[in-house]
Amino acid sequence: MSDTQTHAVNVAQNNQAPRGLNLDREDICLTAEGLKLFYGEDQALKGIDIRIPKNRITAFIGPSGCGKSTFLRCFNRMNDLIDSVRIEGTIRLDGADINDKSVDVPELRRRVGMVFQKPNPFPKSIYENVAYGLRLQGVKNRRKLDEVVEKSLKRAALWDEVKDRLHENAFGLSGGQQQRLVIARAIAIDPEVLLLDEPCSALDPLATLKIEELMIELKKDYTLVIVTHNMQQAARVSDYTAFMYMGELIEYADTDTLFTSPAKKQTEDYITGRFG
Amino acid sequence: MNKWFKSGTPWIWLNAGAVATSLVMVFGLILMIAVNGLSFFWPSSVAQFEYQTAQQSEPTQVMGEFQRSETMTAQAMRDAGFDVPEGQEIVVRHLVKRGNRDLDSRDFRWYLDDFMGEREMPRDAVVLERLQWGNFYGFVREFRVDGEAVATGNEARVRFEAVIPETRGLVRQIERIERVDIGAINFQIEQIRIALRGIERATELSIEERAEREAELQAERAELEEQYAELENERNELRRELRRYAILMETADGAESVIALADVVNAWWPNDMSIPQKLGHYVHTFWEFMTGYPREANTEGGILPAIFGTVLMVLIMSIVVTPFGVLAAIYLREYAKQGPLVRIIRISVNNLAGVPSIVFGVFGLGFFVYLVGGNIDQMFFRDALPSPTFGSPAIVWASLTLALLTLPVVIVSTEEGLTRIGASIRHGSLALGATKAETLWRLIVPLSAPAMMTGLILAVARAAGEVAPLMLVGVVKLAPSLPVDGNFPYLHLDRAFMHLGFHIYDVGFQSPNVEAGRPLVYATALILVMLIIVLNLTAISIRNYLREKYRADSD
Repeated sequence: MSDTQTHAVNVAQNNQAPRGLNLDREDICLTAEGLKLFYGEDQALKGIDIRIPKNRITAFIGPSGCGKSTFLRCFNRMNDLIDSVRIEGTIRLDGADINDKSVDVPELRRRVGMVFQKPNPFPKSIYENVAYGLRLQGVKNRRKLDEVVEKSLKRAALWDEVKDRLHENAFGLSGGQQQRLVIARAIAIDPEVLLLDEPCSALDPLATLKIEELMIELKKDYTLVIVTHNMQQAARVSDYTAFMYMGELIEYADTDTLFTSPAKKQTEDYITGRFG
Repeated sequence: MNKWFKSGTPWIWLNAGAVATSLVMVFGLILMIAVNGLSFFWPSSVAQFEYQTAQQSEPTQVMGEFQRSETMTAQAMRDAGFDVPEGQEIVVRHLVKRGNRDLDSRDFRWYLDDFMGEREMPRDAVVLERLQWGNFYGFVREFRVDGEAVATGNEARVRFEAVIPETRGLVRQIERIERVDIGAINFQIEQIRIALRGIERATELSIEERAEREAELQAERAELEEQYAELENERNELRRELRRYAILMETADGAESVIALADVVNAWWPNDMSIPQKLGHYVHTFWEFMTGYPREANTEGGILPAIFGTVLMVLIMSIVVTPFGVLAAIYLREYAKQGPLVRIIRISVNNLAGVPSIVFGVFGLGFFVYLVGGNIDQMFFRDALPSPTFGSPAIVWASLTLALLTLPVVIVSTEEGLTRIGASIRHGSLALGATKAETLWRLIVPLSAPAMMTGLILAVARAAGEVAPLMLVGVVKLAPSLPVDGNFPYLHLDRAFMHLGFHIYDVGFQSPNVEAGRPLVYATALILVMLIIVLNLTAISIRNYLREKYRADSD
């Protein structure tokens, strides 16, 4: 463990890492320093250091149960919902500690949006789904709502498919459309970061392709962090990739480097399919 | 055989059989009530026959409606003291509704088929529905105005029939004056009386002030009393007008009787009516039953106050129980830390649903009526004491008692509805920056509204049919006035009320005239069942609308 930690610290602090990771020319959006997370007695994250650049797609890969989803949920404090969770270490969003007592959690979640594994539209109309976040913020102006709904759906590449049935129930959409609707709902409140937790695992290849194209589109405006099981997906869409194993960050590099010449044996074994 | 068992077919038969049996029982029940209740309003034919038993030297003429027939063993009838001829094994007897209770107290009587002569259906036989003494069966002989016979025979019938709408109109006018206008004045005079007593007690006022106010109130009262006298005059005038008309009636056995038209509610010649006429009469009597006030110890007249009381009580109960149950369920499911304490509370709530309803009645009487009501009287209605305002059984206490009784149902269904809404939807909302309260009120509560409605449906069904606790906390045999009227504050929650369920019990078991009450029991039961069905269908359609609106794949 200490070895890994040293490595992670090196990656984070020492930008002359021999291969792959050069964040010098990037704006850093999110950082984690020595992040440890416990479920009661069980330690799920064992001290992670990472810096996530702005307007890039960063992918977390790793075998099931390695803690990548748990880690992702740390960034918008969704882990708060589980009573037994305890967190050590710091996470910074634009330099500010998000676990600080003074932080308004709903406000944080407005800045750090999230898309879940299974599409979870609300049982309301398509329009109301997208408008939900704005209504929470007290926006009542019909024109403003219409405008944002249209813009968000367009950016989520869903507008053409649903513009004629905005007031129908969202459950009438297909799985892929629902997932894009959920993304539209998340970007409607204009967050800075979008966390995607295996967004394509419940979708067919065509729908997956659309979501991937969408993510590449979205990184112009947002910082995307994606957890995925699918290494091809990580290779296709992400700029940087982090490989996690057993609650530790094994290797973090730019995607090309990580997939073509991984520094660690474990990474190589995983990406070549020898385990996991 | 063994193979047949293994195929699973017997299971299907067993299950389908259970469904079929349930359906037969439910529809059988409704059919039985409907047939018995609805046939009451049909103008059945009036038969006249001669009757002479062995003991009687002279035959008697009997006229009335045949109610039902029975076949008895001859021995049983001999034991009961009837002179049944030797060698006869079985006897048929008929129950005849003879009416004319003022002339002969036995308005329902059994007649043995053997002693009956030919049955005739005289076309001029008339049935009078009267304000007192029940129906009259006989023939119209004379039509009298101011005590003078102005028409006889068939002409009397024509004149009589023609004047009925007018006399009914007068009766309604009188009733309206008594019930509405005089009722309102009485109400105001009572308010003044209470206010006067309040002035006596108001020690903070100087003697002059008191005298001044008293004089004001007295003047007001004098004015009201003047109005009262005026109305009374008007009423007496109408009554005099009404009393001018009378008819001389002859019964089947020749007795004569003068009946004032003021007493006649309705008259019809059933043997002389065509089917459409009978249908018209049927609709008319049914309407009168639904919209009329009860008479004659509830064995005659309508059930409007009972329908009104039942609906109002259920509505007040729903308004109380829904917010309480929903809020309690939300706290238990969403906010309370799930642990042994919450589990104990949940078990207690569930057990509350199993407590016999009369126990709730006892609690309602002790807590709501005496404690809460008594204290309200002490605090706000001191001037009316010792006569209680809220400290006696009243519709508000009955509604609250039933709300308590149905609270567990609403809590349990709401909790189930809340549980069904999955974590993924909650997380979706939280991830958009909603607080827990916002998620709850914008998303979870609207989504579980159908479940809340289910709870309310069950509560309404239970409350509308509940009778036992109501007898302790607000239901009376005969309420002098409806809980809603034109006097401020229009909704009088402190009044006792009538209830269909209790009405059934009262007419069926407390009535002096069992046979007369029997059809009313069925008719009232039918109305009660229909009412519950209507209330439920309303709630169900609201629920289905909500379900459609918040369609989710968890549903």
